[in-house]
Amino acid sequence: MNETLLEIVNLKVHFDTEDKRVTAVDDVSFTVNNGEIVGVVGESGCGKSVTSESILRLLDEKHTNYEGEIRFNGRNLLSLSPKKMREIRGNDIAMIFQDPMSSLNPVYTVGNQIQEALMLHQNLSKAEARMKAIEMLKLTGIPAPEKRIDEFPHQLSGGMRQRVMIAMALSCNPSLLIADEPTTALDVTTQSQILDLIKSLKDEFNMGTIIITHDLGIVAEICSKVVVMYLGQVIEEADVSSIFETPLHPYTQGLLKSIPHMEGNRNEKLYVIKGKVPTLNQVPPGCRFAPRCEFATEKCKVSAPILESYGERKIRCWNFKEIQESSIQVNRGETLNA
Amino acid sequence: MTRELHVKELTSIKKEMKDKHRSLMVKKFRSNKLALTGAIILTIIIISAIFFPLFISSSPYELDTVNRLQAPSPEHIFGTDNYGRDLLSRVIYGARVSLVVGFSVALLTALLGTIMGLYSAYYKRIDGLLMRISDGLMAFPAILLAIAIMASLGANTTNVIIALTIVFSPLVARTIRSASLVIKEQTYIEALKAQGASTSRIIWSNIFPNIISPLIVQATFIFADSIIVEAALSFLGAGIPAPAPSWGNLLYDGKTVIFNAWWMTLFPGLAIMLTVFGLNLFGDGLRDLLDPHSKSKK
Repeated sequence: MNETLLEIVNLKVHFDTEDKRVTAVDDVSFTVNNGEIVGVVGESGCGKSVTSESILRLLDEKHTNYEGEIRFNGRNLLSLSPKKMREIRGNDIAMIFQDPMSSLNPVYTVGNQIQEALMLHQNLSKAEARMKAIEMLKLTGIPAPEKRIDEFPHQLSGGMRQRVMIAMALSCNPSLLIADEPTTALDVTTQSQILDLIKSLKDEFNMGTIIITHDLGIVAEICSKVVVMYLGQVIEEADVSSIFETPLHPYTQGLLKSIPHMEGNRNEKLYVIKGKVPTLNQVPPGCRFAPRCEFATEKCKVSAPILESYGERKIRCWNFKEIQESSIQVNRGETLNA
Repeated sequence: MTRELHVKELTSIKKEMKDKHRSLMVKKFRSNKLALTGAIILTIIIISAIFFPLFISSSPYELDTVNRLQAPSPEHIFGTDNYGRDLLSRVIYGARVSLVVGFSVALLTALLGTIMGLYSAYYKRIDGLLMRISDGLMAFPAILLAIAIMASLGANTTNVIIALTIVFSPLVARTIRSASLVIKEQTYIEALKAQGASTSRIIWSNIFPNIISPLIVQATFIFADSIIVEAALSFLGAGIPAPAPSWGNLLYDGKTVIFNAWWMTLFPGLAIMLTVFGLNLFGDGLRDLLDPHSKSKK
């Protein structure tokens, strides 16, 4: 059951702009197994969307250069011909986009759009595709799918449209689903419905799933593994409980501390990781997080740490052991004071 | 069996919804005074151009030198020209020429402009080439360019259509290109790519339906413009060759006797004005109807 489905090995994505080359994704590696939900988290601009788009090779290839490998079921996606790639898109790997409001073509009915993929990849007749589309809509929890199928996107609410998108993505039974911030544009109740749906569909089809998000709540709710990215690099990778219980990297710790709490003093200032994400033009020479890290030493500023294994997890930090010890001491101190 | 019934039921629901949508469009169109007026004017002109020649006996070519330059009378409602030809039948036959030219040009530019616009929106390299060519073509005043093309091709109806198509295609291409550039960046196009749709599928079955409204509106205006430019070309002697009764030729004939026979310039002029007016009203109305962004102020 837990076979490796997708293996990203040392992926680098360079964009050639007019005057120089920008590396948006730098040496990213992680794996996704069948029936596993992997969360990719990080701030805006950290390369998580670029990583996901390069899996499907949706980036404009004229200005993009890939290095490394993206192995899907043993085949390197980066070396496939455009035609082979088209056969994989939608059929084996499907993607759900962030904005359900603009992810459907306004001139066609939703049924029409779901059928299109089915007729393209599964060679179904129009009537069969229609039956299947209704079935998929029912599966995603849309009431009266027989009627909804003939409606245009503007007649549906945001949650409905996202369901349609999911129905569309899942219609060909893909083995890998990439969800790029699938619930960002939705309200909380719809959000949890959609997440439940993704989770149950994953169990039903044993599908590997990558969820790209900046919402750690989503990660805690449905992911089994978490990949934390910062400025184009993976800085920490661990299973979901270790990330939340003992975050190793100072950046992950910062992210967790930045979550506003439901309870507590309202006047208390929220925790903020100081500084800003530098642009890709001014990547720091040493550890990329060093300028914003409260534990940074001289070594961090000059030489870049590598992603090293630490038990089951992976971490890119020179001092994580010391940091962990110091944070435990602080915790103990706090307990003592209380 | 039940499945068949099911499908039948669904198709009937679908049909009902389509009908509802259609009747809504008709209603909207009726309440749009501009489009309605334009449509009525155009219908009258088109119907008279098609059916009038069946009812009027006088041919537009029949010379009657005795009765030349007759003022409008019950016998010749629009009067006669300097060869004694019946002006009414010449204006009506002229409508045929003008409408055929206008319609063909609108159709051909729509076709050519759409292909140019869609592909240059999608492919950067084609864009560079095609848009520079259109820039070059658009830098010339329409009339001058048309005259130049006519001069090299020779004067006849087909060449007028060719010349005007060359003159007006860049305009359509521009409109289509800018509309498609907007559509191309929509998430659903990326989603389609992620679904494995091919480029031609994206261009023709997904971008194209989204740009039909601006295309129709633009084509209506090109229709009107090409009637004017065709008349101007014929007036200058670079268009439809005499003795064919195009509106421009009629104006040209009337020019020399404008102080003696006002009817020879008035009626063809009115015909041009009314047709173009009708087309422009229709185009404006259509734009309000089809483009949700430019709703007419009420």
